[in-house]
Amino acid sequence: MSTAFRQALDGITRVRGVRGAMLVAGEDGLIVAESLMEGVRGNAVAALAASLQKRFRQAMEAAAVGNPHFLHLQGGGGTLMIVPAPDGILVVAVGTPDMNVGLVRLEMLRAAESIS
Amino acid sequence: MASDIKAMSAELARDPGSVVFLELGEALRRRGQLEAATSVVLGGLEHHLELVEGHDLYARLLVDAGDYRRAQQVWGGVLERSPRHLGAHKGLGFLAFRDGDLETALEHLESALAADPTDESVVRGLQTVRDAAAEAQAEVETAAETEAATEELAGEEHIFAGLEGAEHGLLLVDDRGRVLGGRLLGVRDVDVSDAVAAFLAGAAQEAERTARMLGLGDWQWLVAEGPEGNVYVTPPTAETLLLILRDRSVPSGRLAMLAERAGDVARQWLEGQQL
Repeated sequence: MSTAFRQALDGITRVRGVRGAMLVAGEDGLIVAESLMEGVRGNAVAALAASLQKRFRQAMEAAAVGNPHFLHLQGGGGTLMIVPAPDGILVVAVGTPDMNVGLVRLEMLRAAESIS
Repeated sequence: MASDIKAMSAELARDPGSVVFLELGEALRRRGQLEAATSVVLGGLEHHLELVEGHDLYARLLVDAGDYRRAQQVWGGVLERSPRHLGAHKGLGFLAFRDGDLETALEHLESALAADPTDESVVRGLQTVRDAAAEAQAEVETAAETEAATEELAGEEHIFAGLEGAEHGLLLVDDRGRVLGGRLLGVRDVDVSDAVAAFLAGAAQEAERTARMLGLGDWQWLVAEGPEGNVYVTPPTAETLLLILRDRSVPSGRLAMLAERAGDVARQWLEGQQL
């Protein structure tokens, strides 16, 4: 993994509650870089995050609000967050339900900017 | 393209049982060589009688040739083998629409949408048929009936009466992408309710699948921030979805509060609709 990618992901995984952060190719859902805790299924996270982002992009385009620049899926037992970066890369984070969402969001936006 | 056709023809000549007949038939059809395409497809079906994609292609060739009745029979046969077949539902929806049978057209296109909520041609087709159905209804109804229908529609739109944004930014949708109530207005106040509802069903299914497969538990809500607005989606019941759309100045915390109130209203309204 390149230093720039590692630094981008480290900023996210340093936040308490984050179980993993990844860079994913948005078009095909493949992993570009990852920093995951044990037990987090990277391939599944990447594929599902890409698919989810694509589906909501269509819904938001239909609503005329443009491509989403931040997605936050909240489940009873965890959280998934996605920030599309330029060049079709997605910054993805998974974490516990009580992680500091605001802080993670900031780090993800920063990561998206740094890899562009 | 020509070299592809040549290569596929050679492959089929070498192995008449090859399923390349599907690709070759489609390529010939796209080039307008209907007779050759039909011959290839019928030849392939002799070896693969159970291959529904072959029958689907044959039906499309029949439509191209103007034999709508036979195409309808072939697609009917496809649905007997594969009741959720996207192509057959699309084809039968088109034929029903052509015959002016809007109800059947809607049924088939809604089934097609359920088979693949991301197929934009189905979404557009559904919108066209819904528009046509609305126009036809307006023509035949008497003034009194029109008034009654308008009142009913107004009632639906006011499920969320009294809630902030009820007239333009709250939408209740069923799990097949049909609007149950509320309304969503896009730029220049264009009603985008149906278009968003159609995509929303697929998006929510994806959210549910993602949460389940990643062990995130039951999905509770999803927030999406866009350049022109923020969207909050939550399932007030197992079969419905609630969408709230607001401009970017409204923070997600406020959207969550509004969603909770609108969710209560939606659940009460849904209970009230049951006999």
